[in-house]
Amino acid sequence: MLEIRWHSRAGQGAVTGAKGLADVISTTGKHVQAFAFYGSAKRGAAMMAFNRVDDKVIMNHEKYMEPDFVFVIDPALVFTSDVTVNHKENTIYIITTHMSTEELAASQPKLAGKKVYTVDCIKIAQETIGRAIPNTPMLGAFMKISGMYDIEFFKESMKRILGKLPQKIIDANMLAIQRAFDEVK
Amino acid sequence: MAFDKMELQKIEVWDGNRAAAQALRQAQVDVVAAYPITPSTPIVEGYAKFLADGYIEGEYVMVESEHAAMSGCVGAAAAGGRVATATSSQGFALMVEVLYQASGMRLPIVLNVANRALAAPLNVNGDHSDMYLGRDSGWIQLDAYCPQDVYDLNFIAFKVSEDHDVRLPCMVHQDGFMTSHTAQGVHTLTDDEAYGFIGEYKPMNDMLDFEHPVTHGVQTEEDWHFEHKARQHNDLMTKVIPKIQAAFDDFEKLSGRKYNMVESYDMSDADVCVVCMGTSVETAREVATEMRAKGIKAGVVGIRVIRPIPFFEIAEALKGAKAIAALDRSSPNGAAGMLFNEIAGCLFNTDTKALLSGYVYGLGGRDLTKAHLVSLFTELQKNVDAGKVTTPLQQFIGVRGPKLSFL
Repeated sequence: MLEIRWHSRAGQGAVTGAKGLADVISTTGKHVQAFAFYGSAKRGAAMMAFNRVDDKVIMNHEKYMEPDFVFVIDPALVFTSDVTVNHKENTIYIITTHMSTEELAASQPKLAGKKVYTVDCIKIAQETIGRAIPNTPMLGAFMKISGMYDIEFFKESMKRILGKLPQKIIDANMLAIQRAFDEVK
Repeated sequence: MAFDKMELQKIEVWDGNRAAAQALRQAQVDVVAAYPITPSTPIVEGYAKFLADGYIEGEYVMVESEHAAMSGCVGAAAAGGRVATATSSQGFALMVEVLYQASGMRLPIVLNVANRALAAPLNVNGDHSDMYLGRDSGWIQLDAYCPQDVYDLNFIAFKVSEDHDVRLPCMVHQDGFMTSHTAQGVHTLTDDEAYGFIGEYKPMNDMLDFEHPVTHGVQTEEDWHFEHKARQHNDLMTKVIPKIQAAFDDFEKLSGRKYNMVESYDMSDADVCVVCMGTSVETAREVATEMRAKGIKAGVVGIRVIRPIPFFEIAEALKGAKAIAALDRSSPNGAAGMLFNEIAGCLFNTDTKALLSGYVYGLGGRDLTKAHLVSLFTELQKNVDAGKVTTPLQQFIGVRGPKLSFL
């Protein structure tokens, strides 16, 4: 079982990202689950989304999760919420920030000694898609860190999932995914 | 009027709401009258979009309340169309008066309910309060445990509800958010397979058949009211279960997926078992398997058909158990839980003398964790070892503050 927790603000696309990732993984024959905690469900409110992936049908519906990966797609959430809650010894963090990994770890002591990777998904999204929607770049970074799929296969799959959007937006998302894949450290 | 068919992948990643909306599209529902409410909103939104995009030949009626939504459904069903809608929680509560009209008028309507807590305090998350509120309304109630079930049970609902021997409305329940907003793989049917399974809508006593005028919505006082209600109850008690079974059998032939009135998992040699509904059934199954590795013979019973209650099937499923936990996700507010009472009733005149205890859990979306279920199965095993219920008969799982227990 692979488990992922997304930390996001409502409106940044964590649910869409989690569902998109589940959709891609499902086409490879694995079983998937994607869900979210909505809380007060106001745009901008901190929220979490979740992925489960397994070789067998996923029957566990508890919301409690000790994640293998934590994605943080809003830079402030590292400081305003505990992104390490219910962590495991080998939990891997991919965090959106303008800081370097070292600067980030120094500014948030909870991340000390943890496996942390950083990438500026907000900047990438602004420069490619033209809006601060950091969900698809995060998935590009995840492909690099996890080695889950070949990036070209992943981009092709995402093209299908984004299929209903204008071609310009799809192209921009592909650029964003590739840039995050290349830039995550 | 023509409509387009939709090519689906063999497995689609859908949440429960999407699965329901797609089923309504494939059923080619004629009329949806709806007043959207969280967490069921995307079901009727989905139908409206499919309709606007030319995938359905039908009509979406916007109304001013859930009371009007169900009233619109009653009107459309009486006129002679295939009718469905969706609601949750407060919307369901506002519909209640008309739910009784729909069943009393013997109108086949399919209502998808994304189960949600009832205020006060206001809460949009999932529990079974609304589902329990509907259980005396004369509707058939089916319960889904995951998005796949939601999709499949909608087809079962139309098939059974519209059968001329049944003619009773049917609810398809799913857990708000835990199913309605949780995306999982759903094995799909093609549009032709799905529509072929339900079949074309065959009206009966429809008001738009002007050659054969009929009266709907009559008044009967002491002279006939009791006979109508008794006949409705008779049909629920005698005709519906066989029709559901036949629909389950046909559906298995079509899809390979098997449903039962009462779903039993690892029950053939189980000493301890949990009886519950919704997503909890699946989580409990996973924990039961893990308990067996620890030497506790655990099983799970899920209630698939809530109304009419599969009385004898429940007794049969539980006949070998030594300790049973009935899990209710709705506050009984001054009584034992509904499942506790139902199970006690099912078993009372049988030879099964299992130890029965009740638990209230998960109100307002409170998480039922695997850790909770491990403690629960362990507690049940203690009851078996002691030969008696060692705890009060009613306990609360997962509530903060001092431990609550009663009876």
